[in-house]
Amino acid sequence: MSKLPYSEKVLEHFRNPRNVGKIENPDGKAEEGSPACGDMVAVYIKVNKEKNTIEDIKFESYGCASNIATGSIITELAKGKTLEEAKKINWKMAADELGGLPPVKTHCAVLAVDGLHAAIENYEEKNGLIKNKEKTTQDTVIKKLKHVMNPMAGLDIVRTNIIKEIKIEEGIITIIINLPSNHQFANTIKEDIVEKLQNLWDIKEVKVLFSD
Amino acid sequence: MEKRIYLDNSATTRLDERVLEKMKEFYFEKYAVATSEFAYTDGIEAKEALENSRQIIAKKLNAKDDEIIFTSSDTESSNLAIKGVVKANKDKNKNHIIVSKIEDFPVLNSAKELERQGYKVTYLPVDGEGFVDIEELKKQINLNTLLVSVQHSNQEIGTIQDIEQIAKICKEKGVIFHTDATHSFMRVTLDVNKIPVDLITIASHTIHGPRGIAGLFVRKGTKIEKIMDGGFQEFNLRPGIENIPGAVGFAYATELITEQENLKIKNLSDKLIQKIENEIEEVVLNGSREKRIPQNANISFHYVEGEAITLHLDMHKIAVNTGSACFSKSLEGSHVIMGIGGGHERAHGSIRFTFGRFNTEDEIDFVLDKLKYIIKELRKLSPLYKGGK
Repeated sequence: MSKLPYSEKVLEHFRNPRNVGKIENPDGKAEEGSPACGDMVAVYIKVNKEKNTIEDIKFESYGCASNIATGSIITELAKGKTLEEAKKINWKMAADELGGLPPVKTHCAVLAVDGLHAAIENYEEKNGLIKNKEKTTQDTVIKKLKHVMNPMAGLDIVRTNIIKEIKIEEGIITIIINLPSNHQFANTIKEDIVEKLQNLWDIKEVKVLFSD
Repeated sequence: MEKRIYLDNSATTRLDERVLEKMKEFYFEKYAVATSEFAYTDGIEAKEALENSRQIIAKKLNAKDDEIIFTSSDTESSNLAIKGVVKANKDKNKNHIIVSKIEDFPVLNSAKELERQGYKVTYLPVDGEGFVDIEELKKQINLNTLLVSVQHSNQEIGTIQDIEQIAKICKEKGVIFHTDATHSFMRVTLDVNKIPVDLITIASHTIHGPRGIAGLFVRKGTKIEKIMDGGFQEFNLRPGIENIPGAVGFAYATELITEQENLKIKNLSDKLIQKIENEIEEVVLNGSREKRIPQNANISFHYVEGEAITLHLDMHKIAVNTGSACFSKSLEGSHVIMGIGGGHERAHGSIRFTFGRFNTEDEIDFVLDKLKYIIKELRKLSPLYKGGK
């Protein structure tokens, strides 16, 4: 029917998104992305404290069709699940549930799933499960970079081997990407990396350099 | 509505059937290459058709017949203008080029390529409506400045620059001036006898003419060299077999545009702007209200993202364009909307409606009706929307 690169299920969730809106006095909430990136998701959860399950979940989206559809699908996937189960939901599961996403749109699935995880984290933090502030290491950075997508492949930039080097020195992270600076996706990858890393508590600056 | 509504006429237009009819003869009967007058009849006829087309197009700019070069696209025309001038003037040791920061990609990326080769490039700022800062231009021109390229009208927001003033400044300072008129040619008057411009990119596919053909006006005496190697066609500026059916179609397409049609198109875009502003809250018109090309209406809808709007409109069989990052091949928001200080959110929420010969007034009402509903629904979803005023 449709000539668009979206599955029928993506289009169906785009047209009729589920669980839209806010929850008054949520137990956990989070916003991921920003208007600057053109993609933003807000996730609100209500937790059943006896069963430790997600009793209710709602989302809001500022973004394109895949952003809206992935926001919608993660609410369906997470509703009724225990917090531990919900934490295991990853972008691949969200994308698969939607019948796949075009490679350049996979970052939307990442954003929605990050929103879900951050809302759970927000709940846990508020309820005394405060984590220690750990020093940023190569591993922390790599973990974060697994959430930056390579739009060419629809997989993250770690898995697609386009990171040449990561340096962490005196609060400055320098990342060298194995692409020329005039590459079609150079700017968007750079902005995405900076956004994912700049809020680490002990990091002052994020530098992204290219192979030339 | 049964049939699709096409409002992306600045991307390209539907070919006028009458143009296609004119072209057929040069595919099926007079299909020979343009030869010299000492060759065979078919070739001489083809040559005549080519020169006749050149003459028709030249007249539209008030140019001389041999000041029009046929190329394959407006992209090629702008590449030839900029890189051809640079190549021909290497001996002058002038290494500075000025372009506006809201140029379309052929000019912008040609400038960036030259920058990589070591040329200095100034990207002129524009004001909130997209007008180039003339004082800044005067300030930036120096003894090393070889070329200025400022578009006649903008591809996204339709703002028409004061190229007369820019051309005069360039002439005074002895700088070559190129303008990209891809979106204004035949829609806005451009007279090379009044405006001392040296090079103009003109397009066929934006005026219901065929694709694969475009033109470059090169004022006599402009120092320029070809950038592709091959034969000696097009006054030794553009090698390759001439696209005669294309040239014939291009010329005929210019003949079919009337003042009346331009007025009709302006009425359509004005009407859409007015209706959207009256009936949808928190919208902003991008570009200049008065000095805009007749076919353009570009509006940002706050709190919503453009690809979601275009996809919803598509489901109602309406085709429009957006400056949103999601829509672009590089995943970056419109450099034009950001160039006019609109910021990311305004870029992502911008929709470009562009009209052409085949649009009607009924379509406007249908589009407005759908748009009102879509914007309302998407705002309900948006974490940025706080319920309106």
